Amino acid sequence: MNGYIHSIESCGTVDGPGIRFVVFVQGCPMRCLYCHNPDTWDFKKDNPMTADEILKQYDNCREFFKNGGITVTGGEPMAQIDFLTELFRKAKAKGIHTCVDTSGATFNRDDTSKVDELMKYTDLIMLDIKHIDDEEHKKLTGRSNKNILDFARYLHENKKELWIRHVVVPGITDKREYLLKLGEFLAGLNNITALDVLPYHDMGKVKYENLGIDYPLKDVEPLSKEKAVEARDIIIEGIRNKHRRDSADK
Amino acid sequence: MKIDFSKVEAWNGFTPGHWVDNIDVRDFIQKNYTPYDGDASFLAEPTDATKTLWNKVLDLMKQEREAGGVLDMDTKVVSSLVSHGAGYIEKDLEQIVGLQTDKPFKRALMPYGGLNMAVKACSDNGYEVDDEIKHIFTEYRKTHNQGVFDVYTPEMRAARSNKILTGLPDAYGRGRIIGDYRRVALYGVDRLIQDKKAQKDFYTRPMTEEKIRAREEIADQLRALENLKKMAEIYGCDISKPATTAKEAVQALYFGYLGAVKDQNGAAMSIGRTSTFLDIYFTRDIERGILTEEQAQELIDHFIMKLRLVRFARTPEYNSLFSGDPQWVTESIGGVGVDGRHMVTKNSFRYLHTLENLGTSPEPNMTVLWSTRLPQGFKEYAASISIKTSSIQYENDDLMRVTHGDDYAIACCVSSMRVGKEMQFFGARANLAKCLLYAINGGVDEKTGVQVGPKYRPFEGEYLDYKEVIEKYDDMMTWLAGLYVDTLNCIHYMHDKYCYESLQMALHDREVKRYFATGVAGLSVVADSLSAIKYAKVKVIRKDIEIKNKKGEVTGVAKNVAVDYEIEGDFPKYGNNDDRVDDIAVEVLEKFMNKVRQQHCYRNGVPTTSILTITSNVVYGKNTGSTPDGRKLGVPLAPGANPMHGRDTHGAVASLSSVAKLPFTDAQDGISNTFSIIPDALGKDAKVFMGDLDIDSIK
Repeated sequence: MNGYIHSIESCGTVDGPGIRFVVFVQGCPMRCLYCHNPDTWDFKKDNPMTADEILKQYDNCREFFKNGGITVTGGEPMAQIDFLTELFRKAKAKGIHTCVDTSGATFNRDDTSKVDELMKYTDLIMLDIKHIDDEEHKKLTGRSNKNILDFARYLHENKKELWIRHVVVPGITDKREYLLKLGEFLAGLNNITALDVLPYHDMGKVKYENLGIDYPLKDVEPLSKEKAVEARDIIIEGIRNKHRRDSADK
Repeated sequence: MKIDFSKVEAWNGFTPGHWVDNIDVRDFIQKNYTPYDGDASFLAEPTDATKTLWNKVLDLMKQEREAGGVLDMDTKVVSSLVSHGAGYIEKDLEQIVGLQTDKPFKRALMPYGGLNMAVKACSDNGYEVDDEIKHIFTEYRKTHNQGVFDVYTPEMRAARSNKILTGLPDAYGRGRIIGDYRRVALYGVDRLIQDKKAQKDFYTRPMTEEKIRAREEIADQLRALENLKKMAEIYGCDISKPATTAKEAVQALYFGYLGAVKDQNGAAMSIGRTSTFLDIYFTRDIERGILTEEQAQELIDHFIMKLRLVRFARTPEYNSLFSGDPQWVTESIGGVGVDGRHMVTKNSFRYLHTLENLGTSPEPNMTVLWSTRLPQGFKEYAASISIKTSSIQYENDDLMRVTHGDDYAIACCVSSMRVGKEMQFFGARANLAKCLLYAINGGVDEKTGVQVGPKYRPFEGEYLDYKEVIEKYDDMMTWLAGLYVDTLNCIHYMHDKYCYESLQMALHDREVKRYFATGVAGLSVVADSLSAIKYAKVKVIRKDIEIKNKKGEVTGVAKNVAVDYEIEGDFPKYGNNDDRVDDIAVEVLEKFMNKVRQQHCYRNGVPTTSILTITSNVVYGKNTGSTPDGRKLGVPLAPGANPMHGRDTHGAVASLSSVAKLPFTDAQDGISNTFSIIPDALGKDAKVFMGDLDIDSIK
């Protein structure tokens, strides 16, 4: 089976533990305003690759990935779930650590059979929660966050290791109330092992120019690392608040 | 030689062994060093004396920069071990003493490599060499440079002036030899003299040319050792006997090195592998209660400070070729012993700590011999100093130990050799990209139109044919390898004759293994060019070239020279972990190396090659016409074994994997891959990504 691939980065250091072989798939149903990979949106099929081809490339440099593994990101990997499942099944057979970086946008509680199968071969899920408020989420991404939050709960129920990612965008996701609310939501999940709060950057701008698309966040300044740390502390405060309230209730 | 160990007071507390009766520093180290597994918390801050001295040096460095790069030059006194009186930064504060001349940053005059280069180095910087010196070195004393040009053939000269052979050490000191400066500290000079005298007696009748040379060289070495003692006396030090303390050991070792840099203006003057050796003395003094950590660090700081003061007189062209004014005072640190114990000691930390105490510096070139089995504390400290100062070089000990054991060091940037047992004849490099163009043009230079190589039949078709080009390239490489090695034979013969490194060789064994180094440039251009010819279509663009003489007059026309190429279609490019092209790079390297191996090498040199053009790739590119990979005339070649700029599109690991396929056995003098990466691409800042989140702790 073919996957439709945007590109491969053989030295990924920011997409999961260790040095990782990162596969960017082509095509995404979301249209996040701050997306820095607009070149991966289109579901075009100009670069098909099989799981075996990808794993052959991986094998050629596997010495580098001793403490890492393979990460599939995109685009939206779960939009090509059959291919992704085959890739991870074959990777697990070789003992490779597998990680999927997803928005969760394709999750649907009514039929989880394919996701159940994928989870058998997935070691780590990095779930990017774009916005905790549903209305704001729609403005930011064009879609509701209901099934995404539900995906997080599903992972909690299935005890899958989960990293939460959250991009802090000035004027959009940096409000204290939203960050606290996100923390309170996360407090209900006990499968989270890392919280990765990313400061918004505008390094994708040039890609928009190349694609001839208007950059929607022209007027938004990049966020400093310090501000991202502050935001992270507020999220943790939200987690703590929720736990305290819960134990007070008991 | 039988030595009564118990009677040598300087050796009290050491464990004896083979090193007692024989000159065997490695054995001394192995029997006596103390591996250190801890972290950097023991290290001491710079003392007030260190700070005062270093501020003076910084001030002098500023003056040197403001003066255009050179503060002062000697134009009258030919440098030798004893040519100058004592020089200081500030005498009373210096724990370790000794300068190349009588003043810091005053560059010495060293004409033995070549008078022209020495004169030009002065005149380009606004100094004029004394007429008497010029007269002596023209009328009475021949130099290495003159010797070489006396014997060069017209073919060698053409290859040189058309830049298919470049950077040849025929007008300057070859360098790349590391004296075992530790011997001065461990044994004292008198013992080394005794040993050398015994060596000289080894060469008896019948007097063959080889034996006569050996006796003469050892006689020169003996004179150098006597002078080394005198040089130390100028500074009020006696180094005839073994060092008794850490301070004496550092001082004696440094004097050994100082003698070398007073004697030779070599292209790389590396110091060896000294930190763990000296640590034995430091550990002993600390255990005896006569040295504190502050004092220990001060000794190392002052020693390293001296190494930072090393300067040579050089021309602006030399500096532009090497992007700066490098001395390559390389110090090799760490590594693992053949018995499995790592060789990191507290001194390994102290050396790196100078980058904090004195601030960042390219010299001495601190080189960590990296092994996966180095202790974690040292790995972390080295990494933190790298992040802070970008001043550490790392090389693969696991790879080199197999060939060289555990007492080798790096000369220059990557040339590995066992200290005191192996040396290298430095050989600059041959331009393999240009060689490919010669193959296509039947030996005619694509820039000058001159028939430099043999007049083979050029490629005559419109589109390059892989099989035919490969055959022609093979023939042209055979010619180039032969000419190259023979040119180097001339150079090293003359260097030994007129610019012999007597002190450095005095700190070597009698029987020395001589690596006969060659080098190649343009490997990635060749691989991509051949890949383009094989997997795409490459059309040849031809032109007539006017041949000009030195005065610029047209003396002839070279007809139909291939000067440019048009590529139709895509092709695999080296640097993407793609075997289709990476295998071509490996094959070209293997072929060339084997052709070098088939030559006669001067003094039974063991041929090696390197792929190392770290900065000179820019100059080589200027001298190379357009190539079939689409690279245009004058565009820089990739440095070392790097993929061509911008052609590696699959990320760093794929790029590194392509380079890693090149076999070390065929490039034993080193493979370099210049690689820069923005810090954010190396992983997340601890401030932003907190990694593991302990949910329970938040409850």
